[in-house]
Amino acid sequence: MAQAIDEFITVGDEIADSAAPSGPIEKRWDERKFSAKLVNPANRRKINVIIVGTGLAGAAAAATMGEAGYNVKTFCYQDSPRRAHSIAAQGGINAAKNYRNDGDSVYRLFYDTVKGGDFRSRESNSYRLAQVSVNIIDQCVAQGVPFAREYGGLLDNRSFGGVQVSRTFYARGQTGQQLLIGAYQALERQIAAGTVEMNTRHEMLDLIVVPDSDGTERARGIIVRDMVSGEIETHTADVVVLATGGYGNVYFLSTNAMGSNVTATWRAHRKGAYFGNPCYTQIHPTCIPVSGEYQSKLTLMSESLRNDGRIWVPKAQGDDRHPTDIPEDERDYYLERIYPSFGNLVPRDIASRAAKYQCDDGKGVGPGGLGVYLDFADAIARMGRKTVEAKYGNLFDMYARITGEDPYSQPMRIYPAVHYVMGGLWVDYDLQSNIKGLFVGGEANFSDQGANRLGASALMQGLADGYFVLPSTLPDYLASHHLEPVTEDHPRVVEARKAVEERVEKLLSINGSRTVDSIHKELGHIMWEYCGMERSEEGLVKAIGLIRDLKNEFWTNVKVTGVNEELNQTLERANRVADFIELGELMCIDALNRAESCGGHFRSESQTEDGEALRHDDEFAYVAAWEYGDDDKKVLHKEPLTYEYIEMKARSYK
Amino acid sequence: MKITVNVWRQKNADAKGAMVTYQLDDVLEDMSFLEMLDVLNETLTLAGEDPVAFDSDCREGICGSCGVVINGIPHGPEVTTTCQLHLRSFKDGDVIDIEPWRASGFPVVKDLVVDRGAFDRIIQAGGYISVNTGSAPEANNLPVPKEDADHAFEAATCIGCGACVAACPNGSAMLFTAAKITHLGLLPQGQPERDSRVLGMVEQHDAEGFGGCTNIGECTTACPKGIPLDVISRLNRDLLGALAAGKA
Amino acid sequence: MSTTQLKRVPASRSTVAKKYAMAVSGLIMVGYLVLHMYGNLKALQSPEAFNDYAHHLRTIGEPILPHTGLLWIVRVVLLAAVLIHAYCAISLWRRNKKAAGFTGGLGAKRYHSKQNRTGIQRSYASFTMRWGGVTIALFIVFHILNLTTNDIHPGGASDEPYEKLHNSFQYFWVLLSYTVAMIAVGFHLWHGFWSALQTLGQNRSSTRIESNANTAAIVIAAVITIGFLVPPFSIYFFGLGG
Ligand SMILES: Cc1cc2nc3c(=O)[nH]c(=O)nc-3n(C[C@H](O)[C@H](O)[C@H](O)COP(=O)(O)OP(=O)(O)OC[C@H]3O[C@@H](n4cnc5c(N)ncnc54)[C@H](O)[C@@H]3O)c2cc1C
Ligand code: HEM
Ligand code: HEM
Ligand code: SF4
Ligand code: F3S
Ligand code: FES
Repeated sequence: MAQAIDEFITVGDEIADSAAPSGPIEKRWDERKFSAKLVNPANRRKINVIIVGTGLAGAAAAATMGEAGYNVKTFCYQDSPRRAHSIAAQGGINAAKNYRNDGDSVYRLFYDTVKGGDFRSRESNSYRLAQVSVNIIDQCVAQGVPFAREYGGLLDNRSFGGVQVSRTFYARGQTGQQLLIGAYQALERQIAAGTVEMNTRHEMLDLIVVPDSDGTERARGIIVRDMVSGEIETHTADVVVLATGGYGNVYFLSTNAMGSNVTATWRAHRKGAYFGNPCYTQIHPTCIPVSGEYQSKLTLMSESLRNDGRIWVPKAQGDDRHPTDIPEDERDYYLERIYPSFGNLVPRDIASRAAKYQCDDGKGVGPGGLGVYLDFADAIARMGRKTVEAKYGNLFDMYARITGEDPYSQPMRIYPAVHYVMGGLWVDYDLQSNIKGLFVGGEANFSDQGANRLGASALMQGLADGYFVLPSTLPDYLASHHLEPVTEDHPRVVEARKAVEERVEKLLSINGSRTVDSIHKELGHIMWEYCGMERSEEGLVKAIGLIRDLKNEFWTNVKVTGVNEELNQTLERANRVADFIELGELMCIDALNRAESCGGHFRSESQTEDGEALRHDDEFAYVAAWEYGDDDKKVLHKEPLTYEYIEMKARSYK
Repeated sequence: MKITVNVWRQKNADAKGAMVTYQLDDVLEDMSFLEMLDVLNETLTLAGEDPVAFDSDCREGICGSCGVVINGIPHGPEVTTTCQLHLRSFKDGDVIDIEPWRASGFPVVKDLVVDRGAFDRIIQAGGYISVNTGSAPEANNLPVPKEDADHAFEAATCIGCGACVAACPNGSAMLFTAAKITHLGLLPQGQPERDSRVLGMVEQHDAEGFGGCTNIGECTTACPKGIPLDVISRLNRDLLGALAAGKA
Repeated sequence: MSTTQLKRVPASRSTVAKKYAMAVSGLIMVGYLVLHMYGNLKALQSPEAFNDYAHHLRTIGEPILPHTGLLWIVRVVLLAAVLIHAYCAISLWRRNKKAAGFTGGLGAKRYHSKQNRTGIQRSYASFTMRWGGVTIALFIVFHILNLTTNDIHPGGASDEPYEKLHNSFQYFWVLLSYTVAMIAVGFHLWHGFWSALQTLGQNRSSTRIESNANTAAIVIAAVITIGFLVPPFSIYFFGLGG
């Protein structure tokens, strides 16, 4: 086994998170904030901050830095910051408020996060996340986010994602929307005040890294393309923040927005930033199944459906009777059978994999046999249709609209889909990457979720990073270094800009015979097949070969129509797919290297006798931070993980 | 199924556009409307032609990116977003007209893509509650009656798609503007800025070149989120109050 | 990107403020119409009642007010209302047409699709506000020349209010033009009364159909149209007042 991986990697120096204080865990964040240097308010106006991405993390950071008086420039690829992918989050946001008095606390949220992350996240980060979660709710309520309330007028909570306390705040099925609108409004307020300059329909295509007078390489700006005029622009600054979201679209089909991409972080990676744990992906069990080759994206059905719906498949293979014609004793409620104590509420990865096994076994239902039933017949009999409608009506409607089937009279079909990535650019406790002056927030960084994320914790992380962490750590960086201005004719700037221009020209000149989407779909198939819910050494090695061939195919045979100097959506996609291909390769290499099963990463070679994930803490209790290396070999830097507060245990949901 | 589409093609903001007809011989009723356009674009690309530009991102009906006028109706025949419309709402052999939002506040960028920056500027003119990060009081200090919270939420579900403007015979963005006024105006946190908010937002609405509302109500019928008509009445009430209080 | 940003004007001169002016002036006119209709209905009672009423209008408030004093106050208020109303209507009309993206002169199209030209739920009344308003304006001129100044006097001139009425409504074309005008008024109020209440912030229902303001508008429009038409029809068909 060691041989297969040696072909693809070299092992570099170990790294460590040197920014985190070491004292008692409850004090670490306070201590870090206290030791941080401050910037004199009078000087802030002269300091330029670039924030790429205006989802929850980016918009919150930009608004807060703007309020503090910095000169902020933000970028997003949509026509308005209000449309960032965060808007699609349905379920809710966690916070350790303990309003229910059900035994929740910062410590418990911290514990659940580390355990949920399968002991592959940092204790310091996870603790801080739990700690600031309470401030997030205060902040959002003050901004006018209309969270669900009880009749007494106080905030309502629900339990979410299989935890035993009710700590999830929600706004019907549209929590992400409401939180993003809150952050967006705060951002627009700063735009009006002139502290933030917003650049919509601008896509970042490269990072500018310039050495300072001591020779330290520092992030000093970005190269962007104005997506309407095609102009390639240079923007320089004292610090660059990437909050560009996740890269689930490497699978082509995912629940991410069509435009979600890895370009910003991948370009930073190519410029030297380490990529942390790229193979950790979260596959969500309750999505509407694929209906045909033309499918452009997948739609998530809220996890909450599993609270009342029962999941089953026919006991017989290839049983294509109508579901309501299959009698009770010919149905297999496999989750209830295998996991009697958690039943339909087992964690996402377990539920997803179980569905996959049923389908692999020929018991899947619907087109291509890629689906299992999620049945509300019992719930309707028990609670009445009215109650079910009140609880899930909007989800049922959405399902009916997409599939044309009525979920009240026949079970829904669901199948797992890629949903979230825990991997991202490596950052320290300050959210600073190994390139000085490059900070990364939200889903774009790898930091807080470990190998798996709890439901309702991504929104929390995005806002924690944006409202509270970055606004405390950025000033420390800015106050600690005096940076000379970088001009547009600096050789590094010119070089970066020329590289982007050449890349665009190259893409437009290939004029081959394959569309960008067809190549993206092919990449997606490879990734889903070999680097999806279950991964094996053999499959991953094969995938790496296939991806390398595909990369070649792309750069010799892709067809990009039109010109650069106008809105050109094909060109936009081509740029993104080119980076997805390289990322896909790295994900497979990371997955190959991690010869254990943990969280969202399941290696078929590493399972217990009854098929459960088997971690190898002795060998793999580290963050894999990848340096680009060269086209053939990637450089692995390990950041060892130690647990002082929570004892490492194997997960068990039996 | 087979369908014919007439699509508005316009190279850029300054170019003159025209309707162009395309034939699609092989689409399925389970396809979403935008997937149908994807299929058209794949064909066009392979033929070396410029694909049809249109906005979309979430394709779940929540981001508000998508939106075209289908057979004269913004977002088409169902009360939903264009991305959530499926071909099963049409018949084999149908001829479908596809045009961009039309309003002088929304200039066409290319083909079916328009510039909705005006909406952001309306929000900038007051569509927020001024609270700096870190200064917020404990969330449960200020109870909000459930009914108010629910109504505020309802108004806050506006996705900023612009269908209301495209549907309004006056090209008015009053429903969008009023949804925000209502969302924030119903919450206790929104009270201190209630007057300045409505004054600022109405002024900006007009400055963007949108038309005045004459209470037609076409906007609410086209709105994929069912933003109700009384939000406009509330805006009118708030503005009247602000003007009467001499806040202008 | 540059868009069609216009000069920013204070909210007191915004489109919404213009609508307040239209609503208030419109409601003043509605109030007048209700009284006017009440007066006209006196014709059903007897010619004398009607004449007395007309006379009374001119002597009200005497001696504090001069003869026809109140009438002149009413006239001034009405004239102001109609001018303000028409000015706002025209200025909004021009703006709105442009805002909706009609480009390229007369007969310009907004959407090319020939399907759904009438909108999804628009009432016929809402389409006719502008031309309906113009019709009403023309009618008012005609109407004053006809029944107040009696410059147009189809059945012979007279100083007797009732006689003016009676003489005119012997003619089918007069009846027809009044009928057309009253239908225009009915449509105008069907949308206009609802609209005025919504404009003044008095609608609290999520759709127009459910709104009390809409019900009120339908009632007002129907009452006024029918109320006005009863006397002329009675005269033409039944020779009321002989
Ligand atoms: C369907 C769905 C449901 C979810 N539900 C939940 C939930 O209930 N609870 C929960 O906690 N989490 C949920 N999540 C996860 C959560 O929504 C995301 O992880 C989180 O919103 C990410 O926020 P972000 O700010 O990091 O990035 P995003 O919101 O993705 O924002 C990315 C920003 O970066 C910009 N950008 C990207 N690339 C570029 C570029 N190259 N140049 C310029 N700009 C760029 C984009 O324009 C955008 O503004 C859900 C996710 C999905 C897909
Ligand atoms: C002088 C001729 C008139 C013209 C050109 C005119 C035109 C208009 C127009 C264009 C509107 C706005 C349309 C809309 O809201 O959709 C309107 C509204 C209205 N009109 Fe008229 N109208 C005239 C006379 C009248 C008269 C005589 C009355 C009353 C009897 C009247 C009562 C109203 C009312 C109540 C409204 C509603 C105001 C609002 O929406 O706030 N109008 N009119
Ligand atoms: C069938 C319908 C109507 C009839 C029979 C009618 C009748 C009359 C009569 C007889 C007078 C003269 C009264 C007098 O001089 O003492 C008059 C005046 C007038 N009417 Fe009408 N009317 C009708 C409808 C309307 C309508 C719809 C309007 C307005 C939109 C209107 C507006 C006026 C005005 C402005 C005057 C002049 C008042 C003055 O300045 O003296 N009328 N009407
Ligand atoms: S009010 Fe409705 S139609 Fe208008 S922008 Fe909002 S969601 Fe779209
Ligand atoms: S359709 Fe237009 S006129 Fe007003 S009520 Fe809606 S904005
Ligand atoms: S693409 Fe997001 S609403 Fe349609």
